[in-house]
Amino acid sequence: MKIHLENVVKTFESFQAVKGVSLDIESGELVALLGPSGSGKTTILRMVAGLEYADGGAIYFGDQDATDIPVRDRGVGFVFQHYALFPHMTVADNIAFGMKVSKVKRDKAAIDSRVTDLLRLVRLEGLGDRFPAQISGGQRQRVALARALAVDPKVLLLDEPFGALDANVRRDLRRWLREIHSELGITTLFVTHDQEEALDLADRVVILKDGQIVQQGTPEEVCRDPKSAFVMKFLGDANVIAADVRDGRAYAGELSVEAAGVADGRAELYARPSDIDWSEQGPGIAAEITRVLDRADGRRVLATTGAGEALEFDVEPERVVKAGETGFVTLRRAKVFGV
Amino acid sequence: MSNLSTRRKPPRVGDAPLFRRSLIGIVLVLVAFVIVAPLVIIGVEAFSKGWQLYRDTVIHPDTLHAVMLTVLAALIAVPINTIFGIAAAWAITKFDFWGKRFLLVVIEIPFSVSPIVAGVAYLFVYGLQGLFGPWLDAHDIKILFAVPGIIIASMFVTAPFVARELIPLMQAQGRDLEEASTSLGASGWRTFFAVTLPNVKWALLYGVILCNARVMGEFGAVSVVSGNIRGQTNTLPLHIELLYHDYNATGAFAAASILALIAVFTIIAKVALERQGAGRVRKQANPAEKTS
Repeated sequence: MKIHLENVVKTFESFQAVKGVSLDIESGELVALLGPSGSGKTTILRMVAGLEYADGGAIYFGDQDATDIPVRDRGVGFVFQHYALFPHMTVADNIAFGMKVSKVKRDKAAIDSRVTDLLRLVRLEGLGDRFPAQISGGQRQRVALARALAVDPKVLLLDEPFGALDANVRRDLRRWLREIHSELGITTLFVTHDQEEALDLADRVVILKDGQIVQQGTPEEVCRDPKSAFVMKFLGDANVIAADVRDGRAYAGELSVEAAGVADGRAELYARPSDIDWSEQGPGIAAEITRVLDRADGRRVLATTGAGEALEFDVEPERVVKAGETGFVTLRRAKVFGV
Repeated sequence: MSNLSTRRKPPRVGDAPLFRRSLIGIVLVLVAFVIVAPLVIIGVEAFSKGWQLYRDTVIHPDTLHAVMLTVLAALIAVPINTIFGIAAAWAITKFDFWGKRFLLVVIEIPFSVSPIVAGVAYLFVYGLQGLFGPWLDAHDIKILFAVPGIIIASMFVTAPFVARELIPLMQAQGRDLEEASTSLGASGWRTFFAVTLPNVKWALLYGVILCNARVMGEFGAVSVVSGNIRGQTNTLPLHIELLYHDYNATGAFAAASILALIAVFTIIAKVALERQGAGRVRKQANPAEKTS
């Protein structure tokens, strides 16, 4: 089911949570709404679900205007951040709930066999008799997904689906959700504040800030070509170096990088830690190492430039570097944004 | 080893033996004189003139009528207040509306107002000189000094009990479960009976029991509006007072023993429910991992 949001607006009391968002989600696509807290991403998801009504604009499911269809009739599967499993029902009863209350009557045998299928799909065979309190967080997450899928939703909506889980379970479930999505092909929209999760899982990432979309595209597009300093910083660690732009080039100390389309004057260079090289000799930006952090996948160096800017970059684990050493920084690639 | 570990315990406030013993002593003495002694006296005095007189008092038509009236008041007031309590708790915890905080305060008023004030207020509303008195009189509707007055006064006094038990629990549970239920296609009624009610049933029963105990024991408000007509508008607590003023101490104690018995059953039911409820909480204690 294709979803189309047209200039959707939502205001709570006096706070405008969503300020005119237009968005197209293709049928079968897996899209992430990514943004910091307060960016309006959960509100958008809840409006697509019908748990909130939009104050302005329209939401289409296919060709049908779904803006004012109540959640009960909207045919969406919603997975809540804290799962909202019914604590007094077994796992099987939780999954069967949607089928039991549905206007489409199913007999008990049909419901039972569907529950068994879904338990297999979410790899929880044999746990149908347990209560939600008796299973782990990751298992609860999967029950919540099975429950949402049981009603054959046109759209699957997930609110911070992995937010309450620890890092390892998170990564496993993420890959697994991707598999389920390819298997079922159901249009899926999920909300997260975790950029790694969004980039890992989604076909397309929609980045939000203060109730508006600031950029959207495939993970490759948003990572390789961030259109604003906000997106650059939000997607990952970024070093900021003051620069001057003249005739399409940005100059910082002895370095210069291409800055097509940036107005002349003061600007900022943004570089990822992996895009910075460190050498004992110039040319480059002079800096002094303040701390060396060893990590499982490499060695991170913290340094300060002569101008007092804090830098973080990675060096080979074998490279001998010590706090207090001075040297020069060069940039392999960088983005320039005017200030 | 164990000796060492007990000795190694850091001293806590009030850990001195003298302090501890006197504190426990004071509490025991107070409980004995203030709570236990009167209850024992009720039993002793009720039977002081023998089983026969106790029986006579209990099966006396006026006493039986008082018991029936008390039960009737409870049968009407408790269900109404239960529905009111559920509705109020639902409205306050699941919806946002203007005046919500105000409603919360208003619901609590009967807790803080002396019941006799409520009784007097009803006199001014429904009494002959009151607001609706003349109209009611003209239409031959009797509220004061009749059963409806007793029920209304009981309802006022016990209005907050159910709501007060439900609100904190339903607030803690939030709206997620109801939203999940409707997103799965359930109607409002279905959601209420299949999802909301099962999750608050222990608190609800607890509230109903407290409400019932209070309706049956209510004296102040009822005494003002009932008119104390023996065999007609006398509830059990009022009947006890009447017997006492008749210098029929044994009769008063006999009637009081019935109320005390009801109270004992209430407490047993309450403790049993608390155990059940606590067991449920432990079993289902939602160890919901908090988000970082």
